[in-house]
Amino acid sequence: MFYREAGDFKTSYSKDEQTFPIKLDRTGYYAVMLFAFCVVPFMVNDYWASAVLLPFLIYAIAVIGLNILIGYCGQLSLGSGGFMAVGAYSSYKLMTSFPDLSMVIVILLSGLITALVGTAFGLPSLRIKGFYLAVATLAAQFFLVWLFNKVAWFYNYSASGQISAPERTIFGFYITGPNTQPAVAYLFCLAFAVGLAWVARNMTRSNTGRKWMAIRDMDIAAEIIGVNPLKAKLSAFAVSSFYIGVAGALLFSVYLGAAEVGESFGMSKSFLLVFMVIIGGLGSMFGSFAGAAFMVLLPVLLKNIMVGQLGWATDIAAHFEFVIVGLLIVIFLIVEPHGLAALWRVAKDKLRLWPFPH
Amino acid sequence: MSNVETYTTPDGRTIGAPVMEMKNITLRFGGVVAIKDISFDIREGEIRAIIGPNGAGKSSMLNVINGFYHPQEGEVLFHGKKRGPLRPYQIAAQGVARTFQNIALFKGMSTLDNIMCGRLTHSKTGMLSHVLWKGKAEREETENREKVEKIIDFLEIQTIRKTPVGRLPYGLQKRVELGRALAAEPSLLLLDEPMAGMNVEEKEDMSRFILDVNDEFGTTIALIEHDMGVVMDIADRVVVMDYGKKIGDGTPAEVQANQDVIDAYLGVAHD
Repeated sequence: MFYREAGDFKTSYSKDEQTFPIKLDRTGYYAVMLFAFCVVPFMVNDYWASAVLLPFLIYAIAVIGLNILIGYCGQLSLGSGGFMAVGAYSSYKLMTSFPDLSMVIVILLSGLITALVGTAFGLPSLRIKGFYLAVATLAAQFFLVWLFNKVAWFYNYSASGQISAPERTIFGFYITGPNTQPAVAYLFCLAFAVGLAWVARNMTRSNTGRKWMAIRDMDIAAEIIGVNPLKAKLSAFAVSSFYIGVAGALLFSVYLGAAEVGESFGMSKSFLLVFMVIIGGLGSMFGSFAGAAFMVLLPVLLKNIMVGQLGWATDIAAHFEFVIVGLLIVIFLIVEPHGLAALWRVAKDKLRLWPFPH
Repeated sequence: MSNVETYTTPDGRTIGAPVMEMKNITLRFGGVVAIKDISFDIREGEIRAIIGPNGAGKSSMLNVINGFYHPQEGEVLFHGKKRGPLRPYQIAAQGVARTFQNIALFKGMSTLDNIMCGRLTHSKTGMLSHVLWKGKAEREETENREKVEKIIDFLEIQTIRKTPVGRLPYGLQKRVELGRALAAEPSLLLLDEPMAGMNVEEKEDMSRFILDVNDEFGTTIALIEHDMGVVMDIADRVVVMDYGKKIGDGTPAEVQANQDVIDAYLGVAHD
């Protein structure tokens, strides 16, 4: 069974437009899904969930959102840390104000609130582009962090200025608070990540996505063929912020449990997400997951090697971690500026011919 | 000739009522007058050429027609109705499509996706149905794909269907751009120098496509072109512009005999 489309005939246009046109890809996708939903939950322990799986899934959601904005619609944003904070604080306020509300609804509502905020901060994109827009969205980052620090109502006037997630259950299992089962938290985040990735894929392959990409590639030509730039850009900001808000809500409630805005949702979070988008690959769903995996896994891996295998002191390892990750990013971007998704594509193109040279 | 309601071309096509009428258009950029008091019409089913030396204001004229520029004076009538100051995407929705002098394709997308973008003005589904994909969105996608495949066949670009347009040679990119404009099924197609930078063979191909579009779909076409041989061969009527003014209007033969046009192109002796 070779990896190629030969013999895999398409008899309708919808079949030609499916996400995985090659049979082996489809099989692989179903296998991964089966493994992720049915096998991993029984193997997962607290370390794996909190060090690897939960941050990977949550960041993947945020990266898909940011990729929609940067990679698909071409609008550079440095405010994602602030938008994650909006998601987190919305979920906190919702959880404390309506204790009986299901967590699924809390998370989705937090996303919607963030979408509204994101759309408002997306308004400058109608006038300015590129780096200038990046600076304008930076204002969102600073303003939102300041707001959640300053207005005590957002953290329910707690003395520490922190927010901490109250215990909530879903189907009788704890998913927030100290009694959380790692497997349940993992499944909860996985369901969101897979569902939202599916929705994003549907949007990007239909006319919504074409409008975004038309604006990205040439906004004047896009307007000439009938794309309303106002609607296209603002919808990208709204959808992107929704994803980032959901990620922020999950990060706070399921993963961190407690958060302080400047520390958890500061400038560095915005940059981390932009790194993930660029390393994963602009305008690619696979790239969004790959970028999140790279940035989450690499530090864990390095730490395990340096502390676990080589026996270095923790603080030296922590410093070296920064050096190595930074160096790898630079080398990586020189070798493949289009990110992991491009590497993956090249590998697949080669595989389609293998073992023949042409 | 321009006063009669319909006329018949030498090759026997009947040209109908005006699709687009420009009435005393004046366009200024600060103190620079790009277009000065120009009137002409584009009639149903005809191939109308706009020619003139560089900087005559031809592209500005197209930009007025599809709403990039709004003239300070004069009015634009579309299908006999006065058109307000609409945005380009609203004019696109009314059925005006265009190609650009320097190709304006979406570089990151495939040929197929570029031409599918041309169908956006006909899209009836909203974002919610796109989210679900199954059902309305998928049906519309298939319908559009069928229409787009006809255009791909027509333009003979089947082999590059899934190639990113950035990788295509210049001549093919021009063809894809024409395809994107055709996908909108426009009632008026504007072509800004469709043959610029092409060799003789590519020019012949492009001329054939333009004639075929006009012939098979009955599309009204307005084009700017510098190659006089091509213009005189394919255009039904020609507007000549120079320094923002109209100096000639009529059939190719009439224009060729016009002394002002000859002076503009060849220069006048100063003695």
